[in-house]
Amino acid sequence: MLIEVDNVTHIYNDENNVTALKDINLDIDKGEFIGIVGHTGSGKSTLVQLFNGLIIPSSGTVKVNSKNISSEKRNLKETRRHVGLVFQYPEHQLFEESVYKDIAFGPKNLGLDEAEIENRVKEVMELVGLGYSEFKDRSPFNLSGGQQRRVAIAGVLALKPEVLVLDEPSAGLDPQGRKRLADLLKYLYEKLDMTIILISHRMEEIAELASRVIVMHQGKIVLDGSPKEVFANEKKLHKLALDLPQITEILHRLKEKGLNLETEIFSISKASDEIIKALRSH
Amino acid sequence: MSLIKIDGVDFSYQTDSSERPALQNINLQIEAGDFAVIIGGNGSGKSTLAKLLNVLLVPTNGDIIVDGLNTKNPDNTWKVRQKVGMVFQNPDNQLVASIVEDDVAFGPENLGIPSDQIRQRVDNSLEMVGMAGFQKFAPHKLSGGQKQRVAIAGVIAMEPDCIVLDEPTAMLDPQGRKEVMETIEYLNKEKGITIVHITHFMEEAVAADKVIVMNQGEIIQQGKPRSIFRLVDKLKEVNLDIPVAVEVAEYLRKNDIAVDDILTIDELVNSIC
Amino acid sequence: MLKDITIGQYIARESIIHSLDARMKIILTTILIIALFTINTFNGFGIFSIFILIVILLSKIPFVKVIKGLKPILFLILLTLLIHVFLTKGGTVLWSWRFLSIESEGVYTGFFMVSRIFILILFTSLLTLTTSPLQLTDGIEYVLSPLKRFGVPAAELSMMMTIALRFIPTLLEEAEKIMKAQQARGADFESGNIINRAKSLIPLLVPLFISAFRRADDLALAMESRCYRGGEGRTRLHQLEYRYYDFIALSIVLVLAVTVYFF
Repeated sequence: MLIEVDNVTHIYNDENNVTALKDINLDIDKGEFIGIVGHTGSGKSTLVQLFNGLIIPSSGTVKVNSKNISSEKRNLKETRRHVGLVFQYPEHQLFEESVYKDIAFGPKNLGLDEAEIENRVKEVMELVGLGYSEFKDRSPFNLSGGQQRRVAIAGVLALKPEVLVLDEPSAGLDPQGRKRLADLLKYLYEKLDMTIILISHRMEEIAELASRVIVMHQGKIVLDGSPKEVFANEKKLHKLALDLPQITEILHRLKEKGLNLETEIFSISKASDEIIKALRSH
Repeated sequence: MSLIKIDGVDFSYQTDSSERPALQNINLQIEAGDFAVIIGGNGSGKSTLAKLLNVLLVPTNGDIIVDGLNTKNPDNTWKVRQKVGMVFQNPDNQLVASIVEDDVAFGPENLGIPSDQIRQRVDNSLEMVGMAGFQKFAPHKLSGGQKQRVAIAGVIAMEPDCIVLDEPTAMLDPQGRKEVMETIEYLNKEKGITIVHITHFMEEAVAADKVIVMNQGEIIQQGKPRSIFRLVDKLKEVNLDIPVAVEVAEYLRKNDIAVDDILTIDELVNSIC
Repeated sequence: MLKDITIGQYIARESIIHSLDARMKIILTTILIIALFTINTFNGFGIFSIFILIVILLSKIPFVKVIKGLKPILFLILLTLLIHVFLTKGGTVLWSWRFLSIESEGVYTGFFMVSRIFILILFTSLLTLTTSPLQLTDGIEYVLSPLKRFGVPAAELSMMMTIALRFIPTLLEEAEKIMKAQQARGADFESGNIINRAKSLIPLLVPLFISAFRRADDLALAMESRCYRGGEGRTRLHQLEYRYYDFIALSIVLVLAVTVYFF
């Protein structure tokens, strides 16, 4: 098991003493693509910060590669090498004078030698679609918002983590930017066998990409299963005021109206074909 | 007479080295009571247009007339800013004071309104955006949607004829977006305030009286939502998000299934069943 | 955690001291501080100490909180004491060892100075403990407003303070976020010597400054669009109003200031 979370409760130690996580148990296997959904304040962001030791839980244990990271503070650097975390609006953490230097920041902290750093920077820049020779010397602050975000993601990929965690990586991107991001995540997952954990408000994105969906509410995991299983719980999701993917919503509504169709299709064109089929046989 | 009349407006940023002006030949009229939605992708010039309406910028060519006042005349600047209030994208960066009521009071204070009237305006405005009772809260303790509604209240307190909202929902979660959209629609329908809502989410244009589509500094289309939403291919071309229901409807039509001009999931479902 | 740093040390209570007008409290504090520097004997300090004790009781602020506020300046007080004890000469020699000596004049001056600093800090912290930052800002603006004639931008100064109060929590939150993001890239803010630690702050400070400038830009635009044109012609939501007990407080303090002078 790659990540094991056992009986974790986390209470923020500030004036409000918010209980962010309540008795969480969760196992994440190598090679999964996990989508986490839930409202702001449901504990999603706290949960993923446990995975690389940025937050040490108030009680319970978190293990990464069978190593307990909730007790030994020493080896956090090692853990962070395994679990890469891309925060919301990651472009806000850029600070170096060139794209190259910024991406190299992580590998440098790992103590790698120059040659290896250069290899990695090259590799990840190509991965995120920023030509090495064209972009390496440019200031990250003169790039467009979408490009800046790709630099920031590359900066985390350069750590070569086994697990990549992304918190709302598509926020504020236009359809093109989102498509590019989705393609990147697909590539990392399918071709490079990376384990991916994606937090998103966009159910479409989750349904399209994830192999497993976790729904969080008030610090607890309330649903956990394949996208088909989770999004079949229409009533429960609506009760939590969470949306279904719009296409799922349409299929469910049509089915209620008496159309005989499959509701667990997440691609718009395939779902439309299904509607056409149902209408023609109606 | 239109409340806002934009007549042959061009605008170029002086610092910008690119050849293309930020706005080119913009002609647009907003009537009093309108709910106008301007949609466009990144770099379409929609934010620049918003700033022109509030005299944060002045057209390079052409005129903008707000309630008979030309924004080019420096004497009109403050009058226009009072008539056309503005709400910005980032909820954190537009609240001035560390207490909600002081922030809402900021505009009226600048206008020199007497204290007792400010108190009344503050309480009324907060009530109108559904934030009554939050007078003494600190902004950083509020959710994104709440902060944005406080920002709207701050504009209402100046008693404008029109509110321009420059991507007020772009940084919010679905819950916050819903709150803000409901507030905007309420202010328009119930309070008769003219709204110019700028967004890149097409579904926020569903309830509009008028939709204006911008791309690369030009208006490429304007009309009622229903006629605009039919232009699926064109909208995709300019990198806009098409609501899923509209996309499905278009797909069905291409496969010879008759579907009305629909805007929402409800309409789609009713149209085909 | 960074977020735990509180700004000012205001403690909200329903008390007569809290409800005094902010302007008056600033004026009173100023009078008391001036009086403090006219005192030549320990008797004066004694009277002030009793006065402070009464004010603390009236303000309903726990005694411990007031003392806690003194902690950061403990070092300063000790240093003052040591300097005077060892370096001020005169009177009888109480103790000596090689070139060091303690003389009675030094001990006297040392304790005298320390008492003065103690009381000074207590006066100012009572002001901030019982007056919300917001009222304080308004108060400062009004108190400084006569100086507008000499070019002191009182209204703008208070606007700056208001904005600072508004944005400090936001920036602290942001700093914490950036710190975590850089830690996730292997940054280490905690170990190494001073130079390394200072260097390690660059990945935190650069993004923080960039963000602060962006916020400043946005805010300036938002303020302009809400018709801000400087302090000229502005009205205020909160009108400060003197009430009778403000003047009672003023009389008490004036009597006190004169009394300690003659003691």
